[in-house]
Amino acid sequence: MTDSSTDLGYETYDYDVVIIGAGGAGLRAAIEAAAVDVRVAVVSKSLLGKAHTVMAEGGIAASLGNVHHDDSWEVHYADTMRGGQNTNQYRMAEIFAKEVPDRVFELERWGALFDRTPDGFIMQRAFGAHTYNRLCHVGDRTGLELIRTLQDRAVHTGVDFFMETTITRLLKDGGVISGAFGYRRTDGRCVLFRTKSVVLCSGGWGRIYKVTSNSWESTGDGLAMAYEAGAELMDTEFVQFHPTGMVWPPGVRGILVTEAVRGEGGYLYNSKHERFMLEYDPKKKELSSRDVVARSIYREVQAGRGSEHGGAYLDVSHRGADYIKRKLPSMYEQFLTLADVDITRQPMEIAPTVHYAMGGIRVDPESAATTVRGLFAAGEAAAGLHGSNRLGGNSLGDLLVFGRRAGASAAEYARAIASAPLVHTSDIQAEQALLLAPFSPKESPENAYTIHEELQTVMAEKVGIARDADRLQDALAAVQRLRRRAANIAVSGSRVFNPGWHMARDDHFMLLVAEAITRAALERTESRGAHWRTDYPDKDESLGRINFVIRKVDGFMEVSRQATPQPPVELESLVAA
Amino acid sequence: MTQAALESPAEGGETAATSRRFLVYRGDSNDGQMVEYSVPTLEGMVVLDAMHWIQAHVDGDLAVRWNCKAAKCGSCSAEVNGTPRLMCKTRVDVIVGDIWVQPMKAFPLIKDLVTDVQWNYEVNREIPPFTPPADVPSPWRVQQQDVERLFEFRKCIECFLCQDVCHILRDKNEKARYYGPRFMVRQAYLDMHPMDVRDRTGQIKDESGIGMCNITKCCTDVCPEHIHITDNAIIPLKERVVDEYFDPLLWAARRIRGRRQKKRPSSR
Amino acid sequence: MTVEVGRPPALRSQLNLWKPLWWAYPTWVVTALSAFGIYAFFAMIQKAGFAYPYLSPFYSPHIVISGLPISPAFYVAWVPLGFRLTCYYYRKAYFRSFLWEPPACAVADRPGRYTGETRLPFVLNNFHRYFLYVTLVVLGFLWYDAIRAFDFHGHFGIGVGSGIMLLNVVLLSGYTLGCHALRSLVGGGIDCYSCSLAAQGRHRAWSGVSLLNNRHALWAWASMFSVAITDIYIRFLIHGVFADPRWVS
Repeated sequence: MTDSSTDLGYETYDYDVVIIGAGGAGLRAAIEAAAVDVRVAVVSKSLLGKAHTVMAEGGIAASLGNVHHDDSWEVHYADTMRGGQNTNQYRMAEIFAKEVPDRVFELERWGALFDRTPDGFIMQRAFGAHTYNRLCHVGDRTGLELIRTLQDRAVHTGVDFFMETTITRLLKDGGVISGAFGYRRTDGRCVLFRTKSVVLCSGGWGRIYKVTSNSWESTGDGLAMAYEAGAELMDTEFVQFHPTGMVWPPGVRGILVTEAVRGEGGYLYNSKHERFMLEYDPKKKELSSRDVVARSIYREVQAGRGSEHGGAYLDVSHRGADYIKRKLPSMYEQFLTLADVDITRQPMEIAPTVHYAMGGIRVDPESAATTVRGLFAAGEAAAGLHGSNRLGGNSLGDLLVFGRRAGASAAEYARAIASAPLVHTSDIQAEQALLLAPFSPKESPENAYTIHEELQTVMAEKVGIARDADRLQDALAAVQRLRRRAANIAVSGSRVFNPGWHMARDDHFMLLVAEAITRAALERTESRGAHWRTDYPDKDESLGRINFVIRKVDGFMEVSRQATPQPPVELESLVAA
Repeated sequence: MTQAALESPAEGGETAATSRRFLVYRGDSNDGQMVEYSVPTLEGMVVLDAMHWIQAHVDGDLAVRWNCKAAKCGSCSAEVNGTPRLMCKTRVDVIVGDIWVQPMKAFPLIKDLVTDVQWNYEVNREIPPFTPPADVPSPWRVQQQDVERLFEFRKCIECFLCQDVCHILRDKNEKARYYGPRFMVRQAYLDMHPMDVRDRTGQIKDESGIGMCNITKCCTDVCPEHIHITDNAIIPLKERVVDEYFDPLLWAARRIRGRRQKKRPSSR
Repeated sequence: MTVEVGRPPALRSQLNLWKPLWWAYPTWVVTALSAFGIYAFFAMIQKAGFAYPYLSPFYSPHIVISGLPISPAFYVAWVPLGFRLTCYYYRKAYFRSFLWEPPACAVADRPGRYTGETRLPFVLNNFHRYFLYVTLVVLGFLWYDAIRAFDFHGHFGIGVGSGIMLLNVVLLSGYTLGCHALRSLVGGGIDCYSCSLAAQGRHRAWSGVSLLNNRHALWAWASMFSVAITDIYIRFLIHGVFADPRWVS
């Protein structure tokens, strides 16, 4: 038991594959890696089964064709590419659309339970910008079903779990991954994992925004660590605002209201009781893609037609109380207990909330390998599948398809190298210095929570739904100022379960991520998908086939342009059709 | 109204008016006491909001476990005024007087409101995994009618409030002899699943210790997902154990006719 | 601004004392069950439970064995007693209220070793279904009695007593047919309902029992009181306290 803030001891573990994150991608990767004869560890910041995946409500998009028999992987591919405005890595979208159905069946064989069609097959619901009813679901808690199934499967595969353990630095030997270093949240002791490969399944970074559906975990650790380790980041400017988050009361602002409400027939109204989506997208209406719906709500509010607390109204009451309680039970409960709103009789008040990061660590579509040897990434932490806008329901499939591929690749890689590369003590010392700095006295001490709150304000005001060059430049300057102040963060208490201390390290991650988003957003001088520049309101076709890639060069963040790989003609024609 | 909702939550202004007195357990496995905090309240505030306010403004090291803040992950379990509750789902305005917040009693304390719930994960590992028939390929054809009653069990968010309130674990600390309500729900799901072929009754009776439960229903009372743990999971499992071990007529029937093969759904 | 309440171990058990009104339920159960038990005993030793055409439920089925000094009520008393003692609802009631294991949720148990239903006598609760079987037979007699209560010397009639007896048997049926053991026996033990026609029928039966089972506690209390009220009414008639208002065709 260590209580001393200056204790430099650490525990050492040896593995072949270390998976960071125990959400859907991490658990799926673990199951796959464990199928090979390698030692696998899963390290997660929370308890098992609590990862942000549980918040996914709507379902898993897979072209099973149980409701519409015309559905096929080709249609799913085309929907995904169109949703992402063709900035997607086409090969990822292709692999994804082809493999998702098998991943769903596999889940069922592992004990998952989906709603059924009258014939006894997996029920599929409609969702934004999907051509057919495609989302395999169970009520409005599909994410919980997915994570519980994977969790119960994974605990029987011989994988070791390190719960409530935060990894803060990836270690390398030359250009090759050799370990991961961090601390146990429960007692504050440092831990070193010597490993041949690392899989980052660390999720997104919604917490850098004030109004977000994300939990405290989504602080972008994986993105920041990968960047520091020399990996390339991509598409970071694309941050998804989910159109429907809760608005009132203040404590619940940002909590997700599932797209399934619209999938089950919900209408959006402004304060004049106009179904404004009929104006903005007469064809898909409420089930347009998320970027379009979020922007439409924003515009309504700007035009003075917003709801009482600055959002819009979402009404599903016409579907009847029984139907709502059966298909949207947790939404019903959530509004009743937290907002005193009975959604079977009253409309919900909603507004956009930061939900998902399309961008992330750049990976190889086939193997999920990053640009650093021995480092793999999957799930929300990885970039490429969703392009400039993710379709609802494509995230859970992403976790399964690429989680599996990342786990397999990491295990294969680890087996191919004879012995683990070296871990350098100097790297460990540097990380410990950074970790423990908040415990040493400061001349002008800063509060970790305050830094976080100010960063959230900056991001919300300057790098939100609507962006322009001036505000982005302001944001960049503000982030730099906050970074200087973050060096003076001081915390009280011991290292035993000390959230203030945890936040201190998270602040560094989040500041780095904020900078990556802002820099890429400045470079993309057009509006596309989730990225909306009010000073460049139109698409620029010359940027349409470009991805912005970020990496660390001489200690600085460098943004470069990378041509988006062009799909072969047969795939191209699917999208055009 | 402006774009406030889109960019920053309203703070203070028309809603912040009063403050409430919170008594929060602060301490670790060695020592601790109730510490008083005065927290300004906002409309619709939940107990977890108050804990966050304390972290950001008074004691940054107040240990609280939480994730989703929407009653979907089951992390923020604690005891509010003596009742096991999710802090994110407990509205401050429904509580009269002082608000006491204490850690779950059934588990060893780590610090403040955070307890060591590792034991639950060890129990889960002891339960044999879902075992479908090897000869039925995917995709399966399973009727809604056959799985309707199972959905309830899958709502469990593993907050462990039922484990906390169960007197067998909480008061008698018989963790070696009883798995607790959460894992009766888990086993009910597996045992009633039409595609699970494993015989689980022996495990349910012996290792799980279902006989320890005396059906006092506190688990059902505290479940934030409103799962009828006792009526729909524990009692049906007890009856299945009776079928196998306490019913001489059924036992004789099995001896005479032999064990009948259970019928299973088919695939496409 | 620290409030000293005590050292952690003491403090964490004090938590248990923090529930206002936790004693209300156990007090009610002990009072109600004791009162019923005492009343039932006195009713049964009366050796008289018949006021034509009404038969007290304590005395049904009416078995007369001449020469034995015991009240005929005791020949059948073990059936409802055993059924209710092993009933899943009454188990909650007495484990909480009489045995204090625990007296209320998150309130400390009675100190001492706890074995739940793994040892004698409580392991016998597992034979609840056998009490169900005989109770179903007795329930048949009670229906017979209730129908007989409309037969006044060969003429159909309705008295206040007929109504009470009918209500009593309806409540008893609601309680008995909502039994957890019955719920399991008729269909709860099946894993695949769609696999055969028979199983589909049993699914319907299971759904019906489940409907009654939802409010099993309510049925349990209501039927217990209706038995007492029926007996009280008939006892008043036996002793001629008042005459039964009735209409006979």
